Parts: sequence; C-alpha cells; structure tokens
Amino acid sequence: MKAYDLVELAGRNLRESVLRNSLTTAGIAVGVASLVAMLSLGIGLQQLAGRRLGKAGLFDTIIVTSRRDFRALNREEARNGPPPAQSRALDEPARQEMERLPNVLEAFPDIRFISELRYQGKPHLTMVAGLPFSAKATDAFEGMQGNFFSSDAAPEAILQKSFAEELLGIRPRPGSASEETKVADLAKPLLGEELVMRYAERVASHSSGPAGESLVGAAYTVVSRQQALKIVGISDLDPDSMRGSARARLFLPLKLAENLHVMQPSDLRDSIRSFSNTTTYLTVTVRVKSPKQVQPVQDAIKKMGFNTFSILDATRSLRRFFAVLDLFLGIFGSLALAVASLGIVNTLVMAILERRREIGIMKAIGGSDDDVKKLFFAEAGAMGVLGGVLGVALGWGIGQIINIGTNIYLRRQELPPEQLWSVPWWLVAGAITFAFFVSLVSGLYPASRAAHLDPVQALRYE
Amino acid sequence: MYPGPHNLAQNGAIAVHPNGAIAIRTNDLCRHYLMGQTLIRAVDGVSLEIRSGEFVALLGASGSGKSSLLNLIAGLDRPTAGSVAVHGRNLAQLSREELAKYRLHTVGMVFQSFNLIPTMALIENVELPLRFAEVDRSRRQPLTRQALARVGLEGRLRHRPSELSGGEQQRASLARALVNQPQLLLADEPTGNLDSRTGAEVLDLIRGLNQSLGMTVVLVTHERALAERYAQRLIFLADGKLVDAQPNYPAPSMPTTFGDGR
Repeated sequence: MKAYDLVELAGRNLRESVLRNSLTTAGIAVGVASLVAMLSLGIGLQQLAGRRLGKAGLFDTIIVTSRRDFRALNREEARNGPPPAQSRALDEPARQEMERLPNVLEAFPDIRFISELRYQGKPHLTMVAGLPFSAKATDAFEGMQGNFFSSDAAPEAILQKSFAEELLGIRPRPGSASEETKVADLAKPLLGEELVMRYAERVASHSSGPAGESLVGAAYTVVSRQQALKIVGISDLDPDSMRGSARARLFLPLKLAENLHVMQPSDLRDSIRSFSNTTTYLTVTVRVKSPKQVQPVQDAIKKMGFNTFSILDATRSLRRFFAVLDLFLGIFGSLALAVASLGIVNTLVMAILERRREIGIMKAIGGSDDDVKKLFFAEAGAMGVLGGVLGVALGWGIGQIINIGTNIYLRRQELPPEQLWSVPWWLVAGAITFAFFVSLVSGLYPASRAAHLDPVQALRYE
Repeated sequence: MYPGPHNLAQNGAIAVHPNGAIAIRTNDLCRHYLMGQTLIRAVDGVSLEIRSGEFVALLGASGSGKSSLLNLIAGLDRPTAGSVAVHGRNLAQLSREELAKYRLHTVGMVFQSFNLIPTMALIENVELPLRFAEVDRSRRQPLTRQALARVGLEGRLRHRPSELSGGEQQRASLARALVNQPQLLLADEPTGNLDSRTGAEVLDLIRGLNQSLGMTVVLVTHERALAERYAQRLIFLADGKLVDAQPNYPAPSMPTTFGDGR
C-alpha cells in the first residue's frame, strides 16, 4: 500500500473510535509533556547558572599561581610538576611569556593588599585590589555609578557598594533585601570625594645589612606611606564573586597599584630564598579570547611550570551535577512516556480484537501481512506524532505557568525575574521524534499480531 | 459489458468458453486440523478440475467441507496435503506475500455475511482492493464507480453498509470483488442471508459476469434449486469427500438432505 493511503486509512481508523484513540493520544501527550517539562527545567536551571557565572566574566579567566606559593604546597597538582624549590618564579618575564601565548588577551598581576583608608578623618580597614583597565569592557561593572578610571595610573578609586555603605555609616540589616540601599543613593554623597590610603611600601635596599654583614639574598626596607585617592565610581559587583580581584572592596587602577610597591606576603617568603631582588607576583590573571580556549591555554601555562585554576575547573563538577540532574529528570519524564506507550499497546491490541473481522476482510480481498502491519504501525505512529505535538505544547504551557509563578514569587521577594524554563528547538523536535519512535516500538507487537491473524479464523461466521 | 479501458473481456488470459483451459485443478487435496483431540478432515482427498469460464456449484450440507475447499482455492488457507493449482500455479508453494498477491489480482470473493467494512462508505469499501493493488489515485475513482454501476449501486456511493438492504450490501461486495478484474469469482453462500428474490438478483448478476466477462465462478451453496438454475456443473461434497461430480442434469442421487434456504 502506498504511503498516503496508509496515512489516510490510519487517520480514518483513528477517527472511527475517537474516544479511545484520543485518550491514548492524551496519555502520550502527558508523557511527552512531563518529559519536556522535566528536561526544560533542567536546561533552564543550567542556563541560569551559566548566565550568572558568565556575567561575572569568569569563564575566560585563568588564575596562575607559582608552585612556590606556600598555599599550593602539598596540593596534588603541585606534585605533578617539578619540586616547588626548583620551579619558576611568577615574575614579570613569566607574565610577559603568558601574554604571548596564543589566544591570550592579557595577563595581569593580581595585586591585593589590606590597607587602612581614611575618610573624613575616620579609619576603615579593607582589602584593596588593582583593577586592569580592560575590566572597563567587561559587563562586570555594568551596574556601576560614576565613571571608570580616567587612566591606568590615575590616583582614583572605585568602591564596592558595601564599603561605600560602611564609609557613610549605613549598616544594612542582613537578610532584609527589601531595605537594601540603591547604588545611586550611595554614589551621590561619595563621588568626587577624597580618600586617603595608608600602606606599607617595600623599598629595595642595596646597602649591606646591619653591622656590615654581607647579604645572602634580597634586602628591603618597609616604609609607611599614604596616597590620596579620588572616588570615581561605586560598583554593585558582588564581592563574593570569583573574579581575580575577588573579595576586594576598593579598586585601584592596576598600574597605580603596581607603582605603589606595596609590601606583599610573598616578599617575606622571597626574602628567605636565595634569588632575586625582582618583584614576584602572588597570582597572575590570564584572560583568553573565549571560554573554549581556556583549557589549551591552561595546559600551556601548566607546561611553563605554574599552577592554574579556572572557573571551568570549578564548573566541571557543576556541569557534572547538571548532567546527572538532566539524566534523572529525563528518566522520570521517560517513565511517564513508558506508561503512555503501554497505553498505545493496549489500545492497539484492543483494536485488533475489535477489528479482527476487518483484518480478515482486508486479507481476503488481497491485503498482505505487510499491508496490515504497516496500517497498524501508521496508526501507532500517528498517535505518537499527534501526542508528541500536543505534549510539547502542554509541556511548554506548564513551563510558562511555572515561570510566571516563580517570577511573581521573585518579585514579591524584590528579586529580579529569572527565566527558569527553557525549551530549545532541539528538545521540541527531539520530544516529537522520541514520541514517534516510542509509538512505533509500542506498535511492533500489536502490528505483527494483526499481520499474522489467520483470515479463515478471522472471517469465521460468528 | 464492463465499460471503459479495463474491459475484462479484452484480456486474452480469460477463456470465455467452459471448455477452455483448466483454471483450477486440485489433486488429492486435504485440509485436516485438530480440534482438541479430534482430527477433523474438513477436506479429504478431493481431486477435481474446473475449466476457465465455467460456472460450478459446490453443494453439500453444513460441515461437508465446501467452504474449506473454497478457502483453499481462494488462497486463504493452505492444504495439509495434496495440491491446488490455479492457472498452473500450485498455491501450496506460494509464500504468504505471493498468496496475498494472488488473492488481490486473481480472485474475487463474495461471502454470505457480505463482509463489508462497516466504518467505510460503499465507495471506500470497493476502493480498498485498489489501494492494496497500489493503483493510482486518479484511476481509482472511475474504476470504483464503474464497478458500483455494474451492480446498480451508483446512487449509493456515500452510504455505509448499515444503511443498505442485504441485497444492496451483497451487490456492493460483488462490486468490490470485481474491481480488480479477477479471473476467478468465488462465492461462499452469497444468498444465505438474502430472501429468494434478492438472492436470485445477485445470482443473476453473477451469471451475467460469468457470461459477459468469462469469469470462472465457483458458487458454494446448500440450495440445490438455485445451483441447478444457475450452475453449469454441480459438485457434491460430504464429509470432506467428493461424492459425485456431474454436469447440470441429470439430477444426481443426493447423499444428504438440504435445507430449503428460506
């Protein structure tokens, strides 16, 4: 029988027992809907997590630390390279070498120190970080009030929101999101104001040590200094986000921060080693062109003899979690579809009993086993496709309702709305195809049973 | 005459005369089956020949094996022993697929209970064999209408079987049997559910097909009077065996009693 005849006959047969077939189709639709609902929730959550992390501009960032770093000692990756004492120092030549690696946008030292800042005569203690000029381009400072630094060495500062609150003496009660102060309100009294930063400068000393003893390694003097800074911006950047200069609440232009030669914890450590009077960096942040290149660049830097860390390492377990979550959601969704496929088997087996005589007639007038089989297949397939389409629509509808509900809840909590639900086109196509194939498989047994019906038995006068 | 370009009589394969080539030949044909512990010999060593264009009646009481024999000739059933050859092809050696093709193109069947598909309109019922034969859509409509016109049902195309009288239903099933232009028309008690007047009308139609198109007709009936009126030859069966085969008249000695039909 030709394909269009099969479709036509299957269609008219389905229309003949509308109630039973529409119930079966509804069963498939519910199965597909639950599959689509479960999977799109998984995908939506995954995209949500990805968006949040991606916004912080972190997927293209690698953090490089020296193997000499005491924090890296005894770490597993440290054991894979040369022993710490023989590994390279993380200094300016190393930074330049990293910058020359393919697909690297920039590599900048991570300068961070704790400092005392005076505002209107009152001291405040906080973590200060140097911020590369390139940070201007990333969306991390999207919600900032004021301006970015005017140049890479300008005596200017950008404050993190919570530090600005501290300067103004505002103490937000924890947990009361609704009473959170707006960044704009903080910016008004602070922008253009002056801060005085006190810090310890490391001054290289070329003289001999006390009492004329000869020096083994480097020697330096620590001098207390202060620097006036103009507040140019207030940022709402989350201090807990994992940006290279994380957890700092005051940002300086990177060049300025470098030129201050602030005493670093690594200086102390270096002083007990025999080499160099040159500055070494605690960490270097490497930015690559796209997240895809993180892995190869990371490998190249490891080969240079450094430890690396990227958000990709951290999200690897996250991605594994989502893969498992998707799998489980998919299994639960598929269970519903499996139940629905039993419905198809049942409907078709019933149809065979009911249409025994009809099958006998078709065979008597020249229908082959194959024709009968294909007809039952076509009926199963049609129910599958129809159920699949309805199911996708239903699943999408459920998703929309949950989305709207969630966003009403989020708005009540004064949180920005989120897209929890995502139904990508491949899920739509996949779900319908899956429903179609599940139906065909469900039709296998009934169809072959119908095909092998003995026409003489089927036609025996009742 | 069957109208249109698909005129059966133009088909050279059909012998119009009763004394033409052998259409059906059975040789020691058996169909035995087990019912519980009992071996039923539905057809038991039947050897007969039916020529092309012949109108033959198979007579016998209920359970005499005449329907079983017809099913074997129709290719609906397979013999347990012996052979049944139609136009020289031994049906026992055909695959299921080949048998379906044989039923589709060579055989037209008419049943006592009409066996029209109740959910389909007449025109769809008659069209069904053409769908199986993969005849082009454009050619199906005229063929279906011609077949229905031939049995006088051109005004009832869109009716469902339940909306028709018994005689009309049987004429529709005759149209369905005709539509693929078979050489063999096998009728299993076609008048069993009809009153004698409509029964006669149906048999008149069948005789018309036999005479104008040269179709070989095998009629299964237990109404001897009807058989004598329409068939050229009567074949008697009892307990699955051939009792007597003779040309119509002189009357044979009847081994069993027959119901009077109605």
